[in-house]
This record gives sequence, C-alpha cells and structure tokens, in this order.
Amino acid sequence: MTDILNALVVLANFVLVPGASYGAQLALGALGITLAYGVLRFSNFAHGDTMAIGAMAVVLATWELQALGVSIDPLPTALLALPVGILACAALLLGTDRVIYRFYRTRRSAPVIFVIVSVGVMFIYSGLVRFVIGPEDQNFADGARFIISAGDFKRMTGLDEGLAIRASSVLTVAVALIVMGALFWFLQKTRMGKAMRAYADNEDLALLSGVNPDRVVTVTWLIIAALATVAGTLYGLDKTFKAFTYFQLLLPMFAAAIVGGIGNPIGAILGGFVIAYSEVGVTYAYKRFLGHLLPESLAPESLVQLLGTEYKFAVSFVILVVVLLVRPTGILRGKVV
Amino acid sequence: MRKTLTAAAAASFALVAGAAAAEDVKIGVILGFTGPLESITPGMAAGAELAMKEVSDAGGILGGMKVIPIRGDSTCVDAAAATASATRLITSDGVSAIMGADCSGVTTAILQNVAMPNGVGMISPSATSPALSSIEDNGLFFRTAPSDARQGQIVTDILTGKGVKEIAISYTNNDYGKGLADSIESNFKAAGGKVTLNAPHEDGKADYSAEVGALASAGGEVLVVAGYLDQGGKGVIQAALDAGAFDTFYLPDGMVGDSLVEAIGPALNGSFGALPGTDSDGAAKFAEMAKVAGFEVVAFSPESYDAAALMMMAMEAAKSSNSADWSTKVMDIANAPGEPILPGELSKALEIIRGGGDVDYVGASAVELIGPGESAGAYREIKIEDGIKTVGFR
Repeated sequence: MTDILNALVVLANFVLVPGASYGAQLALGALGITLAYGVLRFSNFAHGDTMAIGAMAVVLATWELQALGVSIDPLPTALLALPVGILACAALLLGTDRVIYRFYRTRRSAPVIFVIVSVGVMFIYSGLVRFVIGPEDQNFADGARFIISAGDFKRMTGLDEGLAIRASSVLTVAVALIVMGALFWFLQKTRMGKAMRAYADNEDLALLSGVNPDRVVTVTWLIIAALATVAGTLYGLDKTFKAFTYFQLLLPMFAAAIVGGIGNPIGAILGGFVIAYSEVGVTYAYKRFLGHLLPESLAPESLVQLLGTEYKFAVSFVILVVVLLVRPTGILRGKVV
Repeated sequence: MRKTLTAAAAASFALVAGAAAAEDVKIGVILGFTGPLESITPGMAAGAELAMKEVSDAGGILGGMKVIPIRGDSTCVDAAAATASATRLITSDGVSAIMGADCSGVTTAILQNVAMPNGVGMISPSATSPALSSIEDNGLFFRTAPSDARQGQIVTDILTGKGVKEIAISYTNNDYGKGLADSIESNFKAAGGKVTLNAPHEDGKADYSAEVGALASAGGEVLVVAGYLDQGGKGVIQAALDAGAFDTFYLPDGMVGDSLVEAIGPALNGSFGALPGTDSDGAAKFAEMAKVAGFEVVAFSPESYDAAALMMMAMEAAKSSNSADWSTKVMDIANAPGEPILPGELSKALEIIRGGGDVDYVGASAVELIGPGESAGAYREIKIEDGIKTVGFR
C-alpha cells in the first residue's frame, strides 16, 4: 500500500502538480490567442511578447511597491501590481492597433498579411522589453514560497517520497480559474460579450444589427491585454521572469489553441492542459514511479523515458502537426478561416 | 598626437609592405565581452592588459617595442561572430598573437578558421574542453587553463573522498559542458562509482522542472551541475531544491560565484566544488597588483595575465614577434629549468632572457605546461557555508 502511495506521490510531484500550473499558464495564453483569432481574425504572433510586456510592467510596479514597503504576505506583491500591468499593456495594445492593425483592418487585408504584421510587432515588443528591463533574470517574487515543501511532506506522512506544492503553483491555478470564470461570464451574459460573439460569427451581419465594430475591437484588445498580463505574471512568478522565455512559449500556446479548436475559448483551456501534460508526461522518466509499483525483480534498470527533456518543445510541435493532419478543426471543432 | 599618428601610419605602411619592423607589437585580446561570461571577462582582459602594460612601462620587448592590446569580442557562444572578430584583429589590426579566446567552442573555431590559416599563435586563459588537447594546431595553440580531463579527475577525487557512490550529472549543452560531463563520468566510473544519469540542460529557459524530474527519477546522492552560474545551472539547482529532488550539489569551475550563493540562499549550504586556483605566492602577489591597478580578480584573471606574459617572454626569447618563432619558445619559458618568475617580475625575466639565461615562469596561476601545451592544473577546493569557503588546494 505504501508502495502505491509512494508511486502516486512521485508522479504528483514531478508530473501532476507542475503540469497543472504549466497547463493553466498555457491555457490563459491560448485564450488570448484564440480571442484574437476569433474576433480580430488573425493569428497574433506577438502574443508571447505581449505577455512579456505585461509581465514587465507588473515587475516594475512590484519593485516600486516593494520599495515603498507594501506587502500582502504570504501572497506575492505582484498581485497588487497586476492592474498597473494590465493598464500599461492595454495602452500599448490599443496604441498598436490604432497605428498599425487598424490600417490593415479598414482595407480588409487578408489574414496572412495580419500574421506577418504581427510578427513585426512581435520583434518590436521583444526589443522594447529587452531595452527597458534587460535580458537577464529579474527577481520580483516574494511572499511564501511553499505551501508544503518536500521535506515537510515526508515528515508529516512518513512516506519515502516528498511532494512539494509551491505557493505559486496553487496561486496560478486559482487565479487562472477566476480569470476564466470572469471571461465566460462576460462572453455569455453581458451585452458587450454577446456583441463580440456576434461580430466573431459574422462581421457583416453584426454590423447590420447595430454592433459598433470599433468598440468590439477595443474591448477585445482590453481582454487580450488582461489575459496576457495575468498569464505572463503567473509564469514569471512560478518560473522566473526573463525577457525572451515568453517567445519560447509561443509555440506551445499556439499548439494549445489549435489542438483545442482555435476560436473556441473552452478548447483553448482544454488544449492548454493537453499540451502541458503531454510535454511533461512524455519527457518524464518513469523509473522511480515504476520502481515503487512493480516487484523488485521487474523494476526497470533504464530510465523509462520516452523522449529526452531537451525535446520538450518538439512534443507540442508533433501534437500540432498530428492534429492539423487528422482533425484540423481541433478537439472541440473550432473554426478555420 | 601627430607623432603617434605618423608612427601608426608608418607602422601600418610597414605592415602592408610586409616588413617585420614596426613600432609596436600588438596582441589581440579576444574574450566574450558580451554573452554568458560577460560578468567575468572585464576582469580577465584587465589581467592580460596589466601584463602588457608592465612590460611596456619597463621598456618593452625586442629592443624597445611597446606591447599594445587590442580587444575583440568572442561572444563565448557565436562561432561566426568570434571568427569575424579574430579575422579583423589579424588582417586589419595586424596582431602578432592572440590572448584568447575564452570559451572552448569559439576558441576551436578561431583556431581552425583564422589562427592556423594565418599562422598566428594563441594562448587561451580559460578554454578547458578536453577536445582541445588533441586538436591539430601546428604548434600554435596553448592554454594556461587545465583541460577538463584533469577537472574530471579532481571531481572524482573530491567526491570519492567524501564517500559518494552515486551521482547524477546535468550539463550545459555545449562543448564545455559536454566535455566536462563526459570526463567526470568516465573518471567516476573508473573509480568504481555509479553515474545514474548524464543529461544536458539548455541555457536561457525559465523552467527546469522537466530536466530535474528525469534526474530525480534516476536518483543519486549528489547532483553535479556542469553549467554556468548565471544561466541554466542556477535554474537546475533551484528546481531540484524546489522539488526536493537533491539537496547536495557539486559545483565545477563555471558554477562557483557569489551570485549563485546569493540567488539560492541557505539551501545551498553543504554543497561543494572546486575551481582552478593556487595558494602560491604568485596568486597573492597578483591580487595585490590587481588592487593597485583597480580591477577585480575573477576566475581566470590570473590565467589571462599569465597567457599574455608567456607570449611576450617567448617573443623576447625568439627575438621575433612572428608566431612561428615565438610559439616554439613557450614551453621552455613556462617550465623548469630556470629562474622562477612571479607576477610583477616580468622586466627581470626579460633581462635574464636577453642575457641568454633560462626562466621558469610561475606567474599568477603557478603555470606548468604539460602535454600539448596546457596547464597541469592546480585547483582550489571550496564548500558553501553562507558563502564560498576555501577548503584546500589540489
């Protein structure tokens, strides 16, 4: 019995818990991508660096607050700084829309042109982040680090294996759930949310029904800014804030959005967790897990690892390719332009 | 000013004309002024330039020629950029020797693409990959840093000395990390130990929990992290501590630094490691000189001073700044027999050489060149106890 418990604890410590927080971060990112795709009708490659911009604003505001001695221990101060980050990010996104995207939108340019434009925006954003805050690790996390540490868990339960639950992981999942709940309430229940969905379904019909396109676009960018800032900040709190890691998140986030069904918010969340658990699950070495479950004679000598951890990003790429080949609309049948 | 300009013009004209005579001897200092080692390269370059200034102030070499350093950026990681900057130094600035490069990958690239085709000698202060021991170099390449084959032996000695039987290794995925990790693995296995996993990590990622998951599954008493302290090495240690996977770490030369102790905090106490270093008089003397000159002694500062000093003495001994000539003298200068030379005594050494005598350059890092022209390697063993504490020397 303790063997089974030990095995489960090992799996939870290295697969289930890290996968849950990573999945929540990917899901928030994928939601932003899927909204841009659904309402604004293009794949926003600048989304990863939008997250970096939002998180950067939060980091700067957090440092200000820390310098002033403001603290909400055991919660990280960064939570207090979130509104500032969201506002800064929203201002930048709306400015970008006014200066760049609107030009192409009024001409009804093809989606592929928008994609290329967003790549350009991505490079500008990423340069901006490095220019303002620099390319190094930036430390802004404070508050409690662990809800339960591996050593404490071992002492409490008497098991051989430890389970570490970091405060940032729990916070990530909790905040992600709140944000997702608020988003769905907004899209389903409010007048503006309905207008957005109408605009996404059929632009011309929505215009005929009196939907104001400029307001829909503005509100969409505001929501994207909020999602990106929250996702970027949670990722920075949980891992570390470094300017160019957000660019590396772009592929798994797009994979998540497409796997779930692009344009479909529930699909984005589902896709986020599918991608996160595939990445973690495929590259995890199951030697210790099986060692606890199997009798000694059958315990594996090798690592029982499907893929080396250096191929982690390849996993999301393979899933992306397979989904596009087998079921291009994604699990929940999103739309394809 | 006009005089220098005229002199420079004359010198460059002389170089273009292919004549050997020039006013100054130029030595290229190619280090990663940008990139993952950028925090220590200023201290390394200052070490090399201190030696050149010392010689120039004492009347120069080869009958009064001053030695002028010219810097180039190796970036540590980008072979193309390093090659371009070495090409510039050799073809446009006309350097007679290259003090550098710093990282093993770019050093190999510069040696093979630029230095050998142009016949320019190099002494690297910090490239430690074992592959550089057996590389084809036409006798033009030396290093005042030991090969990591030697470090693998040191790591094994320290670990077995502490009774460690099983280790896991995580290395940064480049020439340095792979070379060191393989050397540790083969040495440790030969000593009867077990290496549960020898796996790479990529620098510059935010999250190392997957790498740590695999290492934890493999198990082991100590995790050897052959990486960089400002990069993935720190991330791996942090993730391993967070997950409760390992609590003792072995820190090789690239991982020992105050920034790591600060970043990780008390959890790092009890970890240990070693980096090149000696307790010789030379090291203390060099530290004093650095203080006067106003720069900080970092890892490989002494080796940089020694690399530059060796080149200049070899030129004096060969009576030529031509690489084909001076490179044949490097081993004689560095090793016995002869008068031992410490830092700050370069003018004395040059006098002895001019007089036809022998010198045995000891320098700041107790240089002893072995095999294909690399340092035998003295190491400083350290442990972490609310800071870096020296345990002893090997």
